[in-house]
Amino acid sequence: MTNELTIAKALNQALRTAMEEDSKVLLFGEDIGKLGGVFRVTDGLHKDFGDHRVLDAPLAESGIVGTAIGLAMRGYRPVLEIQFDGFVFPAFDQIISQLAKVHRRTNGSVKLPITIRIPYGGGIGAVEHHSESPETFFAHIPGLRVLTPSDPQSAYSCLLSAIRSNDPVIFFEPKRRYWDKGSVDHTQSPADPWRARIVRTGSDVTVVAYGPMVKTALQAANASEYSLEVIDLQSLSPLDDRSIADSVERTGRLVIVHEAPGNLGLGAEIAARIGKSCFYNLEAPIERVTGYDIPYPPSKLEEHYLPDHDRILVAVDSAMEA
Amino acid sequence: MTMTTAPQPQNPMVQLLTPEGELVTHESYSLDLTHAQYKSLYREMVFVRRLDQEATALQRQGELGLWASSLGQEAAQVGSAFALEKNDFAFPTYREHGVAWMRGVDPMKIMEVYRGISNGGWDPLEHGCNSYTIVIGNQVLNGVGYAMGCTLDQSEDAVITYFGDGATAQGDVNEGFVFASTFDAPVVFFCQNNQWAISQPSEKFVKTPIYKRADGFGFPGVLVDGNDILAVIAVTKAALNRARSGAGPTLIEAFTYRMGAHTTSDDPTRYRHENDLQNWKLRDPIERLKVMLARNGIADRNFFDAIDIDADAWAHTLRAAVRSMGEPAPESIFDNVYADSHEALDAQRAAFLDYHEGFADSGVKS
Repeated sequence: MTNELTIAKALNQALRTAMEEDSKVLLFGEDIGKLGGVFRVTDGLHKDFGDHRVLDAPLAESGIVGTAIGLAMRGYRPVLEIQFDGFVFPAFDQIISQLAKVHRRTNGSVKLPITIRIPYGGGIGAVEHHSESPETFFAHIPGLRVLTPSDPQSAYSCLLSAIRSNDPVIFFEPKRRYWDKGSVDHTQSPADPWRARIVRTGSDVTVVAYGPMVKTALQAANASEYSLEVIDLQSLSPLDDRSIADSVERTGRLVIVHEAPGNLGLGAEIAARIGKSCFYNLEAPIERVTGYDIPYPPSKLEEHYLPDHDRILVAVDSAMEA
Repeated sequence: MTMTTAPQPQNPMVQLLTPEGELVTHESYSLDLTHAQYKSLYREMVFVRRLDQEATALQRQGELGLWASSLGQEAAQVGSAFALEKNDFAFPTYREHGVAWMRGVDPMKIMEVYRGISNGGWDPLEHGCNSYTIVIGNQVLNGVGYAMGCTLDQSEDAVITYFGDGATAQGDVNEGFVFASTFDAPVVFFCQNNQWAISQPSEKFVKTPIYKRADGFGFPGVLVDGNDILAVIAVTKAALNRARSGAGPTLIEAFTYRMGAHTTSDDPTRYRHENDLQNWKLRDPIERLKVMLARNGIADRNFFDAIDIDADAWAHTLRAAVRSMGEPAPESIFDNVYADSHEALDAQRAAFLDYHEGFADSGVKS
């Protein structure tokens, strides 16, 4: 069964599917009930599943994550919504000190199958704290898994995988792509969400992106005079560097793209790993196209911060001309 | 005399057993236990104090890395945990040895944590007692969430979550109050006001008595003499019953005193007077129950002597067991980081084993 859906609707359907297949799945977050969340991702679920499955939380992020840990200890499988990327930090302590460590601390006795959904990234003309890309902080923490989809199909399958996981998953949703449409196959999972996937094959340069930047990378591939292979990471932790290496072994060139600041970002880790595993395949230095090392700028200036397809093309050219 | 040594006003603080060991009545709370139960409570407190004494000594001998003493807080801990049912769940801090003891946790598992063998020791689900939580106040929210789950399950299970006077400054504790009140969570907030947040006296940062803060969150607060085990049990049982009935949380402030250092790394002589300690020795939780038992003919000298002998013998066994405690295999550092399979970590473990295989006496299994 294939449907044409937006990312927001695909996420909504994944939540519905997860709630139907497991009565222990419950949704918890700010304004997710009657309102359906500020981005309407939980639209209609409160009406269909009721107060005991879709819970509006008081306005306190540490409280949301901290109580979800207790709910999970009691046997529930909470799916949390943090309203915006910049508001996750009050919950950082519970995520780092408890959520990521309880399974290890209890020698595997206590599992915390909690998914934390976070809309992230810029490009929507928002005020401060509504456009950030904090994924690196979470990918750095042992005990957490980090997923981010890029299109409606990956949104559906990645979110279902996150909820079914017995580990805590930080799930970053590319908010400026919420309304992008694409086909979604509900009957089978076309790709393993824990693996990177090739979304466009090519032979000259491998371009690695994730979340909102996958679309940008595809735009660059359409505009480039070279043949670009575009890889969508999907999983930021664990990192599927084997799939990237397989591609780089063929192309000999790598460009990594993300919105988050470049300094110590995921691009640095990927470059270090590929620099080692593909040392004798690389024809050019690895290029990174990222946000600058500055606080996210006011929205009238955000286009200067966000990597776009032109910046990717410049990086591709330098890789080809090296 | 400073504020910390002054007796609290008599009226608001629930007391059923005076420091002199006299039974008194209270208009709202009473407790009716069998003689066997009174004697058992005495025995538990003596053993918990002996555990604390032994662990402090073991730390001084280099057998434990650290110890957080529960000295003087035995009545608050043993009494509140005694009030729990088997299916209830306790969320302790790192000082609640009396609670862990009452929940059936093997003291050797507590020793593992302070010896550096494990970060958790026991299985929280088996004992209805969470791992010790070290980050101040985190466990309060975890406990409230567990209690919310009890409500969703439509069960009559309840939760008790522990914290100290210092933790009342933490956001998590205050958020815990808000969430519990919002969802009428069946949770008892049990604050042991031992009057010291390491070197800071609680009078410095507690401008409204802790139990009165409950008013602002929309649930009752009760002040109890934390060194009176009978009052602690009565007050905690009432709060748990209220929680089970669906009426929501209660905040209990158990007024007590940290008779030891914050931990074995601390030096309280730098910040508090010896007089304080001497005054609180007169309010010792174990002594006052002992006087009550003797005065009412419930127990005699033979009983007390026999318990002391048992506790000494038990402590001797514990000491030997700690000294001969084994260490986990080095490669176990990779265990249980994730619940589901994780290839990258498996690869790191394999590389770790491979690396250590190159050494003659690595202690690592290949």
